[in-house]
Amino acid sequence: MTPRSRLPFYIAVFLLIAAGISLAIWRHIELGIPWFAGEQRPVWMIEARVDFDAENGPVLASLNVPENPPGFRILSEQAASPGYGFSIIEKNGSRRAEWTKRDVSGRQTLYFKTQFIPDESAINRPPNPEPKARRTFWEEPQATAVREVLAQAKERSSTPESMTRELIRLMQPDARTQNTTLLVAEENYLDLLVDMLNHSGIPARTADGLKLEDARRRQSLMPFLQIFNGEQWLTFDPNTADQGVPESLLLWRQGSASLLDVVGGDNSEVSFSMLRQTVPALQLATMEFDSNGLGFLSFYELPIEEQSMFRMLLLLPLGALMVAFMRIVIGIRTSGTFMPVLIAVAFVQTTLVPGLIAFLSVVSIGLMMRGYLSSLNLLLVSRISALIILVIFITAGLSIIGYQMGFNTGMTVTFFPMVIIAWTIERMSILWEEEGAHEVLIQGAGSMFVAISAYLLMSAPLAGHLTFNFPELHLVILGLILLMGQYTGYKLSELKRFTPMKVYD
Amino acid sequence: MDWISPRKLNRLGMLNMNRRNVDYIARYNERSSYPLVDNKLKTKLAVAEYGVRTPRLLQVVRQQHEISGFRQMAEDLGGFAIKPAKGSGGKGITVITGRDNDEYVKASGTRITAASLERHLTNILAGLYSLAGTPDVAIVESLVESVPTLARYSFQGVPDIRIVVFRGYPVMAMLRLATKASDGKANLHQGAVGVGLDIGTGRSLNAVQFNKPITLHPDTGLALENIEIEAWGEMLEMASRCYESTGLGYMGVDLVVDAHEGPLLLELNARPGLAIQMANGRGLLPRLRTIERLKRPHFTPQERASYAMEVFAAL
Repeated sequence: MTPRSRLPFYIAVFLLIAAGISLAIWRHIELGIPWFAGEQRPVWMIEARVDFDAENGPVLASLNVPENPPGFRILSEQAASPGYGFSIIEKNGSRRAEWTKRDVSGRQTLYFKTQFIPDESAINRPPNPEPKARRTFWEEPQATAVREVLAQAKERSSTPESMTRELIRLMQPDARTQNTTLLVAEENYLDLLVDMLNHSGIPARTADGLKLEDARRRQSLMPFLQIFNGEQWLTFDPNTADQGVPESLLLWRQGSASLLDVVGGDNSEVSFSMLRQTVPALQLATMEFDSNGLGFLSFYELPIEEQSMFRMLLLLPLGALMVAFMRIVIGIRTSGTFMPVLIAVAFVQTTLVPGLIAFLSVVSIGLMMRGYLSSLNLLLVSRISALIILVIFITAGLSIIGYQMGFNTGMTVTFFPMVIIAWTIERMSILWEEEGAHEVLIQGAGSMFVAISAYLLMSAPLAGHLTFNFPELHLVILGLILLMGQYTGYKLSELKRFTPMKVYD
Repeated sequence: MDWISPRKLNRLGMLNMNRRNVDYIARYNERSSYPLVDNKLKTKLAVAEYGVRTPRLLQVVRQQHEISGFRQMAEDLGGFAIKPAKGSGGKGITVITGRDNDEYVKASGTRITAASLERHLTNILAGLYSLAGTPDVAIVESLVESVPTLARYSFQGVPDIRIVVFRGYPVMAMLRLATKASDGKANLHQGAVGVGLDIGTGRSLNAVQFNKPITLHPDTGLALENIEIEAWGEMLEMASRCYESTGLGYMGVDLVVDAHEGPLLLELNARPGLAIQMANGRGLLPRLRTIERLKRPHFTPQERASYAMEVFAAL
């Protein structure tokens, strides 16, 4: 009989551990679940406020809302407007929030709140269908001026981007020639730029941006220029020709649609307030589960009650790992294999010191009572059953006495599994009769030590966070336990036990 | 705190618990053979077919109502031993050596009423001593009367011989002597004295109590260095025969030498402890590996026993 090769086993364990870790890393990157419990992420809360005077009749207010502004992800949207019907409508490539009401009069205020997460990786999908440049008809003498200015800009450029930059420079006040002065009137500067760029064959449009500063109110939008270079829309500052979106700038409106339309009202205006919030990264990740459909991988989909149960359940493997380690590698003797884990779980609910006091007092009172039971000559099953009832009496008594004396610790006794306590008492009692008090002390202390170690491991905030949010890490724990099951080396306690062998070496 | 380094232990070839469980018990012991070993009643029946003798079976108590029958039977007995069939490590074994009016006298000399004996039987039936807490049966056996040459070394209680048998080869042996501390039991962790025996001759090598080397028996005061077991070859062959009857590759065989009947098998153990190495002052690993490397295993118990006597003899 040849010993089986252990290589497949080690490969399997390695695969388990690798699978667990890589799944966790993938979910961390993909879903943004943080490694640590307390991580915070900045979130911009932007509130658009629409004011108008209603004209005693039906009202339709429609506000352009951001779709996917470069550099940001939308986390949530909500509208606050009493008595209005509200919906978000996709219309030819732009999203609009629409408020409707049958009969309105007086000054009206509508709010639209959005939360944005700064996200460098937020990609702009290429627009569909591809934008086309539209030719504009110019009257003379503007037509000649436009032709000349465009020719000048074309001369000095090679790409749509450089062409745009050159054109903006030519139109600046300090660089103006006769041609440009003829064209530019202050109020129509940006529209003129857009028309000219379109005329030269480059699709162009305007965009409105918000400068993000914490706790600012009554901000208005700043105009920007966007051109299409064949792949994506690029943003330019129409006054300085700077390309790209500054970090603290959020493009609220992109495209040719109007920002605000109010039918049935006048004197309409829109203004923005903003606030920088820090939200726990975890909350962010879970909020996004709902939106991107990856939620089925997490426990957050479950009802809260089940969630809290799973929080406890998922800590158990850690306790099991601790017990395996303590018994296989350290060699601590415990009373019952997994009694320490169950006690540790109870400690997690009661916190350590009150739990320890409660547990030890129940067990010691129970041991005294068990001494009387053993003289009654009962069958084992009925003895255990009687013991369970006694244990319940003891816990009830401790709770009531503790409560009357003003301790809340008495109440925590109820978290302990009664049957386990009863069995522990039974085992300890038999051990006492057979092996003496010394062995009871050794095994009792060993069990308590393992239980407290398991508790310390399970009650660490990081442990609770990782086990619940990265359930796949349990594969790693499983792999470690399997590895320990193959450990054939000496236990720490055996180094002590075999000490007398020194003589024979 | 005194420690021994793992390197030294490896040099001595000490078998440790994890390696025993993974490399020997799990590998060489079929799970299906365990009931044979864990149940003394089944063991008795199984080894009987292979000519291995055990103490005489007086009664088997299977049901609660049979306990009254036990009382009638025990009336006219001098001494007997009550054992749980599935007990392990000597747990639940009560040895009665005589009567004193209405009370029974235990091996340790303490008196015990009939009622408490019956409670003990009840406990056994309920599975208090069985390995998994399953319901059990109690067996009542005739008392073993140890040969005087060995009995004088033991303090109340029968000295027994533990032989570790690996794939049918006896690899290591020790004599276990009860002490006051062990309450007539032969379990080393309860304080019995373990005397290592030379596989080649059956002579004592050295002795330990509570894992510490000793030279004199703590209670009887006798020197432990010149003990010799009679009919040693026969005992090894008997231990070897247990392998045929159970098929367990790695087990402990507990034998006693009865004054009238000769060597008897007390029980088998599928998880023999590691203390035997301490009593011998030698590690088990080199011997186990010698047998694992054997190209041509021997097929008869006699051949295996004589091979072991030849190869594992202390020089």
